[in-house]
Amino acid sequence: MLTDLSLAEARDGLRRRDFSAVELTEAHLDAVAALNPRINAFITVSADKARAQAAAADAALAKGEDRPLLGLPLAIKDLFCTDGLRTTAGSRILEPFVPPYESTVTANLLRDGAVFLGKANMDEFAMGSSNMTSAFGPVQNPWTRRGDNRALVPGGSSGGSCAAVAARMALGATATDTGGSIRQPASFCGIAGIKPTYGRCSRWGIVAFASSLDQAGPVARTVEDCAILLGSMAGFDPKDSTSADRAVPDFAAACRRSVRGLRIGVPREYHSDNMPPEIEAMWQQGLAWLRDAGAEIVDVSLPHTKYGLATYYIVAPAEASSNLARYDGVRFGRRVEGEDLTDMYEKTRAEGFGAEVRRRVMIGTYVLSAGYYDAYYLRAQKVRALILRDFTDAYAQVDALLTPTAPSAAFAQGDKMDDPVAMYLNDVFTVPASMAGVPGLSVPAGLDGQGLPLGLQVLGRPFDEETVFAVGAELERAADFHHLPAIRAGVPA
Amino acid sequence: MSGVIEGRDGPWEMVIGLEVHAQVISRSKLFSGSATEFGAEPNTQVSLVDAAFPGMLPVINGECVAQAVRTGLGLDAHINMVSRFDRKNYFYADLPAGYQISQYAHPVVGGGSIEIELADGSTKRIGVTRLHLEQDAGKSLHDQHPSKSFIDLNRSGIALMEIVSEPDLRTAEEAGAYLRKLRTILRYLGTCDGNMEEGSMRADVNVSVRRHGEPFRTRCEVKNVNSVRFVMQAIEAEAARQVEVWESGGTVEQETRLFDPARGVTRSMRSKEDAHDYRYFPDPDLLPLVLDEGWVAGLRAGLPELPDAKRARFVAEHGLSAYDAAVLVADQETAAFFETVAAGRDAKLAANWIMGDFFAALNRTGCSIGDSPVSAGALGQLLDLLADRTINGRIAKEVFEAMVDTGESPAGIVESRGLRQVTDTGAIDGAVDRVLAAHPDKLAEYRGGKDKLFGFFVGQVMKAMAGKGNPALVNEALRQRLSA
Repeated sequence: MLTDLSLAEARDGLRRRDFSAVELTEAHLDAVAALNPRINAFITVSADKARAQAAAADAALAKGEDRPLLGLPLAIKDLFCTDGLRTTAGSRILEPFVPPYESTVTANLLRDGAVFLGKANMDEFAMGSSNMTSAFGPVQNPWTRRGDNRALVPGGSSGGSCAAVAARMALGATATDTGGSIRQPASFCGIAGIKPTYGRCSRWGIVAFASSLDQAGPVARTVEDCAILLGSMAGFDPKDSTSADRAVPDFAAACRRSVRGLRIGVPREYHSDNMPPEIEAMWQQGLAWLRDAGAEIVDVSLPHTKYGLATYYIVAPAEASSNLARYDGVRFGRRVEGEDLTDMYEKTRAEGFGAEVRRRVMIGTYVLSAGYYDAYYLRAQKVRALILRDFTDAYAQVDALLTPTAPSAAFAQGDKMDDPVAMYLNDVFTVPASMAGVPGLSVPAGLDGQGLPLGLQVLGRPFDEETVFAVGAELERAADFHHLPAIRAGVPA
Repeated sequence: MSGVIEGRDGPWEMVIGLEVHAQVISRSKLFSGSATEFGAEPNTQVSLVDAAFPGMLPVINGECVAQAVRTGLGLDAHINMVSRFDRKNYFYADLPAGYQISQYAHPVVGGGSIEIELADGSTKRIGVTRLHLEQDAGKSLHDQHPSKSFIDLNRSGIALMEIVSEPDLRTAEEAGAYLRKLRTILRYLGTCDGNMEEGSMRADVNVSVRRHGEPFRTRCEVKNVNSVRFVMQAIEAEAARQVEVWESGGTVEQETRLFDPARGVTRSMRSKEDAHDYRYFPDPDLLPLVLDEGWVAGLRAGLPELPDAKRARFVAEHGLSAYDAAVLVADQETAAFFETVAAGRDAKLAANWIMGDFFAALNRTGCSIGDSPVSAGALGQLLDLLADRTINGRIAKEVFEAMVDTGESPAGIVESRGLRQVTDTGAIDGAVDRVLAAHPDKLAEYRGGKDKLFGFFVGQVMKAMAGKGNPALVNEALRQRLSA
């Protein structure tokens, strides 16, 4: 089936004329039509646009054009503004919003010939670890526990992107990661996903959650596919002052590098008594694979790890409370009329934002307010500097770090909803790298006892995604992960 | 105007500080590429960044930074090589992002000073605390519709320099002098056009009063005053109000007030309790602003001669009085006009002509120096005709008026109207004879000792010669004839 191909395989098939871009896109649109009513991975499906892009790709292929993503159908997280295509950020408040502009990252993908199937579901404004906060309904994880049909969450916030890719509704997808929103859902859905170094991808045109943390990245079913996609997404953008003016390396080539002689760090603070034994075992297995491939395993310390989550839940809501102030009903998006300006603000934002977004706006407003700023925000920024120093010190000794991606496999829809802190703990292993801005890749490494995928996280030096890809590809080869989710294209419901 | 207010229980002193918002002269806005032209149709100079659409990001405009640094250098201020942009958070319909990007904690320019000149000829140095860059908000129009407000975002995102003075000002006159001097400096630098009526320069006025020698008392801020005159009136009104409050046993509360020019009073706008909590924090969309030493040095080298230096040079080089020099340098075009007229000529005479007849003519005709009917070159030619005695001083005034009316050259006017000075002693002697013959009674009085009549005879001779007689020769001829 065309939908079972990896992105690289599909690319090669198109070049060989084994099938056309239109056929490839139709196969994926069929999968979307069949599966989306159940999985709800897409908020908006742009079938006509996708068909037109695929036809254009076929014409280009016929002329001998050779662009990296020519004719390859992708899902686009609904946080990326897409010209003429509704962009909701998973929120009621942006339900009617059709941007008249294309984000830099999606413009780069279009430049390279990609086909956009539609906009992927997500936690509202990327705030969540379960996709339960989307105003457009939850996303179901294509994976289920063995002998148990209960719907599980795909993780979040890029849950729609990851579920679409895992269920073979798309070859790959764009995603964003603020505290783990690429890596945790990739782990839950049994696919690969990388959050590159902060500054590697332009943030221009991506609906902002927390500006100093937000970073776009790809999710796909193989590490190499992620590398191919990131190669197109990344690059300096003068429209984003925090974008890095650095050349984009050949990430796909880095996937073929050997890990022999690399020093891989094991941060001791990531061990915990509460960690499920299966996850600890998977971690040890990953280290053994790398050792077998010639890497040296080294114990390191990231002493401020335990402050990561608390610090993150000050910095991210603080920035979010300010970034989300623009959703006021005045210029775009939803407006609920009121008796006066303040009343309109209150009604618009009360009806437009869901509970989790309102919670974080309130937390952020609180930590920035007079009298609390020094104790919370300023202190958090100082701790953040210490977290970055932890990584800098560790990278003086090792080339990369290996950790579990998440403290659990996918959980059931509805679980942890009454306990925000339990929900936030999903990000415990991913947040420190976000705070430090360093790259992190999640690779599917195996299944737990219930048949659910578990991911391992490879962290690297700033702007050294190449080593991260090399280590991730080695883990992928060793794990030889070919398990399939219960719900996927071609399988009758 | 004195800074002392005579209260019921003794004198009070005013303490005044000014925060001036000066719109930066720049083709585009502080963080977007939109144009900044004044008076455009509403919402025609608005980018997606200015309207704060989702995912839009600010990118600093280097020219605005250069303008702020030039201004800092012009105010003799410390340039901070590293500064930062913060977000000032509040909700309002004409603030699209819900925050204003401003340099709260780390401004680009630190301490400097401005020397002001007062009417009595004295000068005073006023400290400048800081200058920072920030975005302007849009404009709310509440009078266009019975139940709705209209929003114009053309101004949204335009770069402002907020220039904050120390509380060094003690009188409304000093505040006015400070504003005018600051405006002159900004105009010299080309960093702000200083047009208060167009809103490109606005002042927030901080006023308190105290007994002499006391520490500062509570101040009130009078917001958004838009002319020098109103600033001075607002200070007087607010200080008087505070004296009244203190003397009647009350306490001045820190608050924000508005000046009502029609009634000449300030009104409370919001009290300290209602003050916004702006939740300042560093804007994570922008990196710290780091300046390069060489770049700053280049800006410094490119600065024009500033008014204080020009005034000193006019005194030293041209021998002008400090007062005349100050008047001439108050406006850059006037100073340039003067220098053109004075080049190679009697500078004091040039200054007198410019500040006298020329300014009067501008006033009368409603012209500015830029569109004056008399150019600097033409005025210079007129002075040359005086210097080489082609015409005398009285005729020069007549020629000047003709220049104002017709725009013709002075030499042409002199020729066409036959105004050339008469130096023919025969003609002068003849005129003297006729005048003395016509006034035998006056001649007798003069001879009887009434010396003052000499001036009468000069006037009569000049009149007889239609004003064209060479004054020195007329005097000489008269003296000879009368002493004969």
